[in-house]
Amino acid sequence: MEAMIDVQNLRKTFGSFVAVSDITFKLNRGEVLGFLGPNGAGKSTAMKMITGFLTPSGGKVVVNGHDVTEEPLKVKSAIGYLPEGAPAYGDMTPKSFLEFIAEIRGFSGDEKRKRVQEAAAKTHLEAVFHKPIETLSKGFKRRVGLAQAILHDPEILVLDEPTDGLDPNQKHEVRALLKEMAKDKAIVISTHILEEVDAVCTRAIIISQGKILFDGSPGELEAMAPERNAVMLTLEGADAGSATSKLERLASVKNVITHKQGDDVRYHIVPKDGKSIIKDIAHLAKDENWTVDEMHVEPVRLDEVFRMVTTGGESVKEVRT
Amino acid sequence: MNAMISICKRELGNYFGTPVAYVFMVIFLALTGVFTFYIGGFFERGQADLRPFFIYQPWLYLFLIPALSMRLWAEERKSGSLELLLTLPTPLISAVVGKFLAAWIFTAIALLFTFPMWITVNYLGDPDNAVIFASYVGSLLMAGAYLAVGSAISAITKNQVIAFVIAVVVCFLFILAGFPVVTNFFTDWAPQALVNAIASLSFLTHFNNIEKGIFDFRDIFYFASFIAFWLYVNVVVIEMKKAD
Repeated sequence: MEAMIDVQNLRKTFGSFVAVSDITFKLNRGEVLGFLGPNGAGKSTAMKMITGFLTPSGGKVVVNGHDVTEEPLKVKSAIGYLPEGAPAYGDMTPKSFLEFIAEIRGFSGDEKRKRVQEAAAKTHLEAVFHKPIETLSKGFKRRVGLAQAILHDPEILVLDEPTDGLDPNQKHEVRALLKEMAKDKAIVISTHILEEVDAVCTRAIIISQGKILFDGSPGELEAMAPERNAVMLTLEGADAGSATSKLERLASVKNVITHKQGDDVRYHIVPKDGKSIIKDIAHLAKDENWTVDEMHVEPVRLDEVFRMVTTGGESVKEVRT
Repeated sequence: MNAMISICKRELGNYFGTPVAYVFMVIFLALTGVFTFYIGGFFERGQADLRPFFIYQPWLYLFLIPALSMRLWAEERKSGSLELLLTLPTPLISAVVGKFLAAWIFTAIALLFTFPMWITVNYLGDPDNAVIFASYVGSLLMAGAYLAVGSAISAITKNQVIAFVIAVVVCFLFILAGFPVVTNFFTDWAPQALVNAIASLSFLTHFNNIEKGIFDFRDIFYFASFIAFWLYVNVVVIEMKKAD
């Protein structure tokens, strides 16, 4: 199957400043790619080149079989794009704005009306359909931008921070919408909200200083967590010292951190090489007859992985090509 | 083509959806009246023509047209909608022409509202209506030239005030291109042919020809090619400065 988006050695410089230094990836139908990275990492610049707004300084972008610099109009027709900050014409209402976009995308008459209504319904714009966009809240403005991007039911969606400024319910709705559309599209979203990656993405790319530092599934990203599979154990009225040393003696345990909380003691147990150790600990607790108050595997902190990767911490995974 | 019409319609809607249209129209008509009747001495001259009306138009346009054109691209740049517009499947030229046409149509409407002048002069005497008609066409062409300059300059910046001031200055130079204030700058060092070429770029020379009733194809061609050139500059400026 031919890739929907094929980016090869993409590069963009502004004078002596290198915004994107070398980005290569392919995206297929059905994939939702999360572009992650600190502010100023080059996410938006890369998106602006994929959508044909900026001309690359080097490398190439092929969207749906069309080179973006050679056939920009074909690429632009195939893509729905939500630019950074969801710009729109403030003096227009969502209705007139969406109609304007629909006209430029070549729809007219009933088809135009139908498309505008569908896009507005999917993004829940009915309540503000006739109010000037400049008077709308940030969340509604973002949804107007989203409606504009999905209006022509594009095969490829490029969304720069689609959930920025939305409240938790709206975020949930937008993610559900993305998941629903993901089946027959290729979607690229940029975000700095890491939970989004887990919630909607099938793949994540971390960019920093214009380079790809990680390219893999969200699961693979989680697997890089420094304290993966760490276990939290709370024991009632235990002898802190002896339990700690017994835990440390387990072959699979790397180290144990102890906190005292009133009568209870809480242990943070880190395994060697990220192995699963909760069974070993459960056995130990049973053998020792400890009164277990609470025991669970600590959820992975993606933001720690993110920090580790982007600040050039330990073991950066080989980039998949 | 359809995209161009949509963009043109949207821009026109923007003019009439905001107070800009009404403020502009009222001031344009009021100033036209002031120039024609007080400064131009419409009645005192005792001649049935619209010369006092047309002769001051280059100066009126000098300030009013850049006020119309300053927002065309500066606002798109400032609000970020430029990125939206340029990632829609339409060639840049259709956006440039669409916006220009909207501003031009708007100016034509403003000019149309000066029709009571034409009726008055016909009521008072027996003017040469062909000359008046030619003057209207000339005035509209000249307005297009101002707008094309203003639109291109508006693409340079996201600040509308800067766009306005620079457009006024550039248009001023084109008004006076045939006068010593501009030509003296070149006569000392440039060959006479170049000085003549610069002088021939003057709005005033070409407009005065038309306004006197000398309807020469060269004057029409001058304004048409002037507009085309500046719209081309407009496209180039946007291409070059997209990223800023």
